[in-house]
Amino acid sequence: MAQGVLEIDRVSKRYGEVVALRDMTFDVRAGELFGFVGSNGAGKTTTMRIALGVLAADAGEVRWNGAPVTLETRRRIGYMPEERGLYPKMKVLDQLVYLAELHGMSTNDAHRSAENWVARLGLRDRRGDEVQKLSLGNQQRVQLAAALVHEPDVLVLDEPFSGLDPVAVDVMSNVLREKASAGVPVVFSSHQLDLVERLCDRVGIVRSGSLVASGTVDELRAGGAVELVVDAPQAPPAWADALPGVHAVTARGSRFVLELAPDADDQAVLHAALATGPVREFTRQRPSLTELFRSVVTEERDS
Amino acid sequence: MSTLTPSRAVFLVARREFTTKVRTRSFLWGTLVIVAVLAGYVLLQTVLLDRADRDTVALNGQATVLAEPLKQTAKSFGREVDTVDVADVAAAEERVRAGEVDALVSGAPDALRVVVKDRLNDDLRNAIDLIVRQQVLDAQLAEAGVDPVEAARDLDRAKVDVVALQPEDSQQGQRLAIGLVIAALLYYSLLVYGTMVAQGVVEEKSSRVVEILLATLRPWQLLLGKVIGLGLVGLLQLLLIGGIGLVLSSVSGVIDVTAVAGGALATGVLWYLLGFFLYATVFAAAASLVSRQEELQSVLTPISMAIVVAFVVGINLMIQDASDTLVAVLSMLPPFAPILMPGRMAMGVAPAWQVLVAIVLAIAAVAAITWLGGKVYANAVLRTGARVKLRDVLR
Repeated sequence: MAQGVLEIDRVSKRYGEVVALRDMTFDVRAGELFGFVGSNGAGKTTTMRIALGVLAADAGEVRWNGAPVTLETRRRIGYMPEERGLYPKMKVLDQLVYLAELHGMSTNDAHRSAENWVARLGLRDRRGDEVQKLSLGNQQRVQLAAALVHEPDVLVLDEPFSGLDPVAVDVMSNVLREKASAGVPVVFSSHQLDLVERLCDRVGIVRSGSLVASGTVDELRAGGAVELVVDAPQAPPAWADALPGVHAVTARGSRFVLELAPDADDQAVLHAALATGPVREFTRQRPSLTELFRSVVTEERDS
Repeated sequence: MSTLTPSRAVFLVARREFTTKVRTRSFLWGTLVIVAVLAGYVLLQTVLLDRADRDTVALNGQATVLAEPLKQTAKSFGREVDTVDVADVAAAEERVRAGEVDALVSGAPDALRVVVKDRLNDDLRNAIDLIVRQQVLDAQLAEAGVDPVEAARDLDRAKVDVVALQPEDSQQGQRLAIGLVIAALLYYSLLVYGTMVAQGVVEEKSSRVVEILLATLRPWQLLLGKVIGLGLVGLLQLLLIGGIGLVLSSVSGVIDVTAVAGGALATGVLWYLLGFFLYATVFAAAASLVSRQEELQSVLTPISMAIVVAFVVGINLMIQDASDTLVAVLSMLPPFAPILMPGRMAMGVAPAWQVLVAIVLAIAAVAAITWLGGKVYANAVLRTGARVKLRDVLR
């Protein structure tokens, strides 16, 4: 029996002939920020909607603390749908109080919590305004507040960062970090991979309805090739071609990008470079999440 | 801490629907406008009632002695006559022309001359004719040596006895009016608040808030809360309008059967509740099939048509003959009952067994429709995009 874990276990879903999810499996542990990435239509939103019970799975199970999710436990999830959903003509504060109450809070607690989140997310001046009169960024903040207002035990957020300005991105990041530190499993999807890389403890990459890679960003990188950037102004063009473990060399002026086999000795390369003259730069470069993501998507095209 | 009982869930939804709707300007102004129209109508009725059977007659010269007999005779025809004595015929004719005076009577009592603007109304003509004849008769009786006063007394006594086998209800007209007003109020309430439920469903669907709501509520809780909340708004408006109408009309004396009207309002409330639950669920289910307000009209039209037809056809039949078999049958069938039955009950032509049958059928229909509509709603409400086909959601 797992404690504080949201498990998605072999969930499948078809829309007619189209397979949206095929044995989607992953888990998000207590205190963890899980980034959910994948190209458009890969199945991220479908997975989240199934976790929230607004969509029924054809097969598989979603578990919270080892038990299948019911309406009661689902009320403990904070949810931010991809298509933003709020009553356009309802005032910000009223709306948050209403949603908190619908998730089981008493009227007093709901008011207290709504006021708290309105203040924390910088919406105090707007609390009496109708949601439709707010800017899109502010509507997004209200949407986040709506997901947080009932102090959920799990957070499931679909594209929480899309359409936010840098300040709002910081606010959102801080709130998510803080929630995770408080022991709440947080899963969110995003196309902003640099943000995911910086923020998340673990990342899952989705392709065609299945999770094809998951782990910490370092774990994901481990399998990838290592690149060396060497700036040696006096080196001849072919200086590195014969070195052991070097696969490919690209030259850009005096800078050379060398692709190394995982077990190659980079110190041998450094010695060879120094032998040609001065070395201005010697960097071991690891692939970014964006590059990892690209390679996964390319595999998809190839297969 | 997360304890949300189904009844609290329904209560929360209903409370939101009620408070947001009652606070809107459209509710306030809608109610005020209807009350104003109602008040205007009552006022018009009072004035017309007053004006229609009251004439002003100018009397000149010898004709002035006819003032009392004219008033008496006109009264026997059901008309009130005010008389004024005038000296200047030409000036009086001007006043007739201006419409200030309905008729100018001059000349000797046995050879009267009447000046009117366009035509002399029948009652007044008969009254004046009768007076002239009476004058001639009196003169001839006096000539023949009979006392005209005694003859008139004998004449008064000579009357036929009328035995009515089915005495007409003197309040028939008023009862019909009350029945029509109740039917019209229910027609308005069902149509307006049914449409409001439909708009609410589509608003939640098009704004996608329904996705957040259904992560914590069951579809039936959301649907029931919405129907109850908006139903109460409609009930509040119905009671406001009905209550104000009742007070206005009894104070102004347009109706003198306040008890009948009060009873009609009470049965109206009962039928409003039955009718609203019947129609609102259908409205909500239909609305859940579409995702945008612009598409709403196309799915609502068939339902609105049912209500409009029930009202228009039913009202026409009711005015002709409210006890007619066709009207009786229609008023017992669930789609028409909420509009026709309270009308017929107000008119006092609906036997108890018919009312009972109508109520039982309506409750059965509400149960069936709620089950079916709830199913359609639950299956369709999360499907956005293209219009959902009815057979897809009934599977």
